[in-house]
Amino acid sequence: MKTKTIKKKNIPGFLDRLIKECTVYAPVKRDDNVFFDTIQSGGEAFLEYQNSKVPPKNILLPQTETLFQYSQKEGSVDVRVPSDDREEQVIFGLRPCDAKGFLLLDRVFGGDRPDPYYKSRRAKTVLVSMGCTEPGCSCFCLSLGGGPVSADGSDILLIDIGDEYVMQVYSDKGTSLLEGKGLDDAEEDKLKIAAESVKKAEDHMGPGLEIGGLKERLDEVFDDPVWVSLTEKCLGCGVCTYLCPTCYCFDMCDESFVADGKRIRVWDSCQFPLFTLQASGFNPRSTVKERYRQRIMHKFSYLLDDQDMLGCVGCGRCVKECPVNLDIRQVLTALSKVDSRE
Amino acid sequence: MHVLTNEIRRIARDLLKSKEVDLVIGFEQGTMHLRSTPCFVRDAADADRLVWDDFCQNNLAAYVAKREGSTAIVAKGCDTRALVELIKENRISREQLVIIGVPCEGMVDSARIETELDHGAIREVFKENGELVVKGINSERRFNREAFLYESCKRCRQRNPVIYDKLVGSEVKTSGDDSFQDIEAFEDLPTEERWTYFSKEMDKCIRCYACRNACPLCYCQECFVDFSSPQWIGKSVDLSDTGLFHLMRAFHLAGRCVECGACERACPIGVDIGKLNRKLCKDVQELFGYQAGTSLEEVAPLSTYRLDDPENFMFEL
Repeated sequence: MKTKTIKKKNIPGFLDRLIKECTVYAPVKRDDNVFFDTIQSGGEAFLEYQNSKVPPKNILLPQTETLFQYSQKEGSVDVRVPSDDREEQVIFGLRPCDAKGFLLLDRVFGGDRPDPYYKSRRAKTVLVSMGCTEPGCSCFCLSLGGGPVSADGSDILLIDIGDEYVMQVYSDKGTSLLEGKGLDDAEEDKLKIAAESVKKAEDHMGPGLEIGGLKERLDEVFDDPVWVSLTEKCLGCGVCTYLCPTCYCFDMCDESFVADGKRIRVWDSCQFPLFTLQASGFNPRSTVKERYRQRIMHKFSYLLDDQDMLGCVGCGRCVKECPVNLDIRQVLTALSKVDSRE
Repeated sequence: MHVLTNEIRRIARDLLKSKEVDLVIGFEQGTMHLRSTPCFVRDAADADRLVWDDFCQNNLAAYVAKREGSTAIVAKGCDTRALVELIKENRISREQLVIIGVPCEGMVDSARIETELDHGAIREVFKENGELVVKGINSERRFNREAFLYESCKRCRQRNPVIYDKLVGSEVKTSGDDSFQDIEAFEDLPTEERWTYFSKEMDKCIRCYACRNACPLCYCQECFVDFSSPQWIGKSVDLSDTGLFHLMRAFHLAGRCVECGACERACPIGVDIGKLNRKLCKDVQELFGYQAGTSLEEVAPLSTYRLDDPENFMFEL
């Protein structure tokens, strides 16, 4: 692994150089919230943030995306697939949890039957993440095998050491991104400070969560009545799923007008009744209880079976943004304590 | 601990012990600072979970519709306004409900405090001399409670419960004054400017429907957005779809919205949902002299007609 350093005050200039080479996404402040968006100048990046409102997954998996367009003309149908003409792109300054989230999306959309739309964008994307110094009170990445300064999924990871960042380079993509940027190699003493900084961030982590044996537990308690009380306050909205860096479920629908139309792919949420409504009118997940349970089971049991990966990186958005503070950490803890033999 | 907490606990305990109700819906301490969370208590021994503080921001009336058995609900002024409408719309029966009315001094907008703190980690929160003291890892900030109330709470015209069976503490002065000045100023803007504003706001929407689900009066068994045949509305986040969703929702709430602000608080993105709803509140008040949720007797204007109803919208060719 190569390590470089960059002074914090030189970050805008560094980004300006990147912008000349490729599209750069970075956290930007809009009203009072932070979102990922393309920037035209390095100064627009807002890096003193905890985490973005919406995870950067929407850059690779847009909430609404046209898969193809069609038009009928004189007995024939003309189908056009939009070409991916985007250039190389960098997502700069994302948090380690969100970088790790892409590892799951990579499996889902890049496995045996790769999704060409996701895959093409993903191949052109470099992830430059930025370790956290002060994890928020809803963060629990450390409990799930990640960490506030974890490198999982990142091509480059920035570690805050005061006035500058140590840049750890984890991939060829990362190496070529830094080529010719005139960055100094990190000296031994700076690497030492970086290691201390990682330790300090981990010490600042709030209360964690014990997930050892959780999957087995969940498989046992599927029918337990505890789900009713655990989900009683759930409003059934889609905040937790739409703000989740690993929730990837989607719907496809046709939007047509007379002879022309398009097929679009849109985010969908297991929390919505329509998600499982069958053509017969029967809904196997007719209440909030079944729908919330599905979310938990999918993330902490089914995905381990299917992808050998958890569907949660502990970013804490669902904890923080839930309108009724239904805290997934509390739910998982309660489930792990259920005595299913009773 | 807030002075009203003990009284709420005592009332809840008594109601459950005497089996007057099977369930008390109130608030308990949330899992994060600056956050309380809805709580369902069925056992008198659990009544001590209940709390009252500056962060009881949810409208609990959203939970009472179509429940079996009798339920007690801890209700602020706005929650009781929603209950009034729900009773009038036959969603709940007054007899099944024990309302534990709590005079409310407004709830503190935790998101704004977090913004002030640049979303830095919070380690401790306490109240001192009427101020909220928020401690971070290496910082301490003091916030004037009144200045950091939700906008809907600052405007609130009904801080005291409209209807109740038990009153906790004593009534507070209802200081809010909603003369809809902001809406009037908005109405005066040129059409293009209003369109630009709404386009910008609706464009933020991610269609999570938190606004709809947090709203006590948005209770349709099947919302128009959840219909698949026919599909009334597209599923994209294109402005034509997000805009339609918010417009339809606002119209469904015309004359029914109780201005509690639950929709805006639930929205994770900060869409200005209230602009549409408040415009309709203002219209309903001006046209029919009706303010939703303030009286059990008064008939809702869209459920009836009068021969002298305003007919300004009609014209002869």
